[in-house]
Amino acid sequence: MLEIKNLQVYYGVIAAVRGIDMHIKRGEIVTLIGSNGAGKTSTLNALVNSVKKSGRVIFEGRNISTHPTHKIVREGIALVPEGRRVFINLSVEENLRMGAFNNDENFERLRGRMYELFPRLYDKREQMAGTLSGGEQQMLAIARALMSEPKLLMLDEPSLGLAPRIVGELFEVIAELKKSFPILLVEQNAFAALSIADYGYVLENGIISLEGESEKLEGNDDVRKRYLGV
Amino acid sequence: MDLSTFLQQLVNGASLGSMYALIAIGYTMVYGVLRLINFAHGDIMMVGAFLTYFAVSFKFPFEAAVALAIFGSIVVGILTDKIAYKPLRNAPKISLLITAIGISFFLENLFNVLFGGVPRAFSAPEYLSKVMHFNGIYMPVTVVIIPIMTVIILASLLWILYRTKYGMAIRALAFDIPTVKLMGINADSIISIVFALGSALAAIGGIFYAVSYPSIDPLMGIIVGLKAFAAAVLGGIGSVTGAVLGGFILGFTEIFVVALFPELGGYKDAFAFFFLILVLLFRPTGIMGEDLERSRF
Ligand SMILES: Nc1ncnc2c1ncn2[C@@H]1O[C@H](COP(=O)(O)OP(=O)(O)OP(=O)(O)O)[C@@H](O)[C@H]1O
Ligand SMILES: [Mg+2]
Repeated sequence: MLEIKNLQVYYGVIAAVRGIDMHIKRGEIVTLIGSNGAGKTSTLNALVNSVKKSGRVIFEGRNISTHPTHKIVREGIALVPEGRRVFINLSVEENLRMGAFNNDENFERLRGRMYELFPRLYDKREQMAGTLSGGEQQMLAIARALMSEPKLLMLDEPSLGLAPRIVGELFEVIAELKKSFPILLVEQNAFAALSIADYGYVLENGIISLEGESEKLEGNDDVRKRYLGV
Repeated sequence: MDLSTFLQQLVNGASLGSMYALIAIGYTMVYGVLRLINFAHGDIMMVGAFLTYFAVSFKFPFEAAVALAIFGSIVVGILTDKIAYKPLRNAPKISLLITAIGISFFLENLFNVLFGGVPRAFSAPEYLSKVMHFNGIYMPVTVVIIPIMTVIILASLLWILYRTKYGMAIRALAFDIPTVKLMGINADSIISIVFALGSALAAIGGIFYAVSYPSIDPLMGIIVGLKAFAAAVLGGIGSVTGAVLGGFILGFTEIFVVALFPELGGYKDAFAFFFLILVLLFRPTGIMGEDLERSRF
């Protein structure tokens, strides 16, 4: 479904991602884990072409590496960006409307679905998104991405800054979403990520140092020490 | 000042304020999305007035001339963005500002070279130049029509901004361009819409101006543009309602100060800038403005 070949991201002379290969298949949750500054966000931003990059990105058999961001999203890749980035000066409902910008005819149906999935958003639908709590903003950011009915969903550290109980709720929803489309989940919370993922990549200083089925990674001594804290 | 003079001046102020408000909106909206003081914006009003003038002299009916002029101004506004500003999206803001000043000089001098600097008489259709008269108040039809039209136009603009997905995208863009792109939205088309709306309103303002002070010249946009800019800052740059408020405050003050103290008449162009200085000293974000880095519509 998504194939990444020799992806590189440079900020001037700083190499953030130094040639990585990844593969995401239908029906899978794939996680990309790594510590601060490993290059996870740069990788996702490169996939939607919002940072300068080199390498090839093949989505459903087509090379989309040079397409502008908005076209990539229209082709079916949705990114929930790091730090949520809901439109704080728009209401919850307007945020959802923005997510469905190119999906007018399904807006009302999907909005109903989102309110079922995240009942808390329904209670606050008229409120400015900037007044939501961190967890609610994360739910809104995910719901907003789902409004485009993506073929692939990418999430950048959805657990960041959330209470453990909320993280649990959120990851249940993410695991549920896998039935509809494959997911690329970027996380520092390796434990939570590996528990719902099928396959994992470990990113270190812009290079994939390890990859494998998530159970295998969970069992790996290196991963256990460095990312699972055991 | 007796009641009828007061009412008369009130309408005059509303009419002048309308023009400032219409032009100020373009400054504020472009600033909202690009953080650019588009100094060429005042000249778009001049373009609007000239296009109307030429269309009328080519025997177009006045209404058709106005429609044509608005359309032409929209094209000029969008082109300035596409040609001059778009290549500088990632450049320092100061480059953008200098470019805007360059475009302003370019438009003024282009019209000067092509059509000459001598002011031309602008003739409005008869039904607009008629003077109405009731209870001792004499008012040209334009002075009454302008504020009414302005209110209708502003209501439509607010409807676009708050009720359509394009308006929502404009408001979202003011806050976060990269995330707008993540919604599958072509940010450049939304920016074009902003320039189109701003230019249309400026053209309308320019036509109102030409009808009220029936003479046009290539430099007419400078001082009115600067005052409208002052109005936008006064109201809080980035805020559409602020721009409207600032425009009307400026219009009313100018009219009433001159009416009450005729000896100050010679300084009337200075009030706008006096206000501007006061605002910058005591409330740099303007009346409705919030943190400049998070300005909203
Ligand atoms: N806009 C930028 N300009 C310069 N360097 C950048 C920029 N963005 C990221 N970097 C650098 O690139 C490297 C990778 O950053 P990136 O944000 O991709 O890491 P990350 O894995 O997402 O980290 P975190 O877990 O903290 O979010 C870091 O060294 C960072 O300093
Ligand atoms: Mg990151």
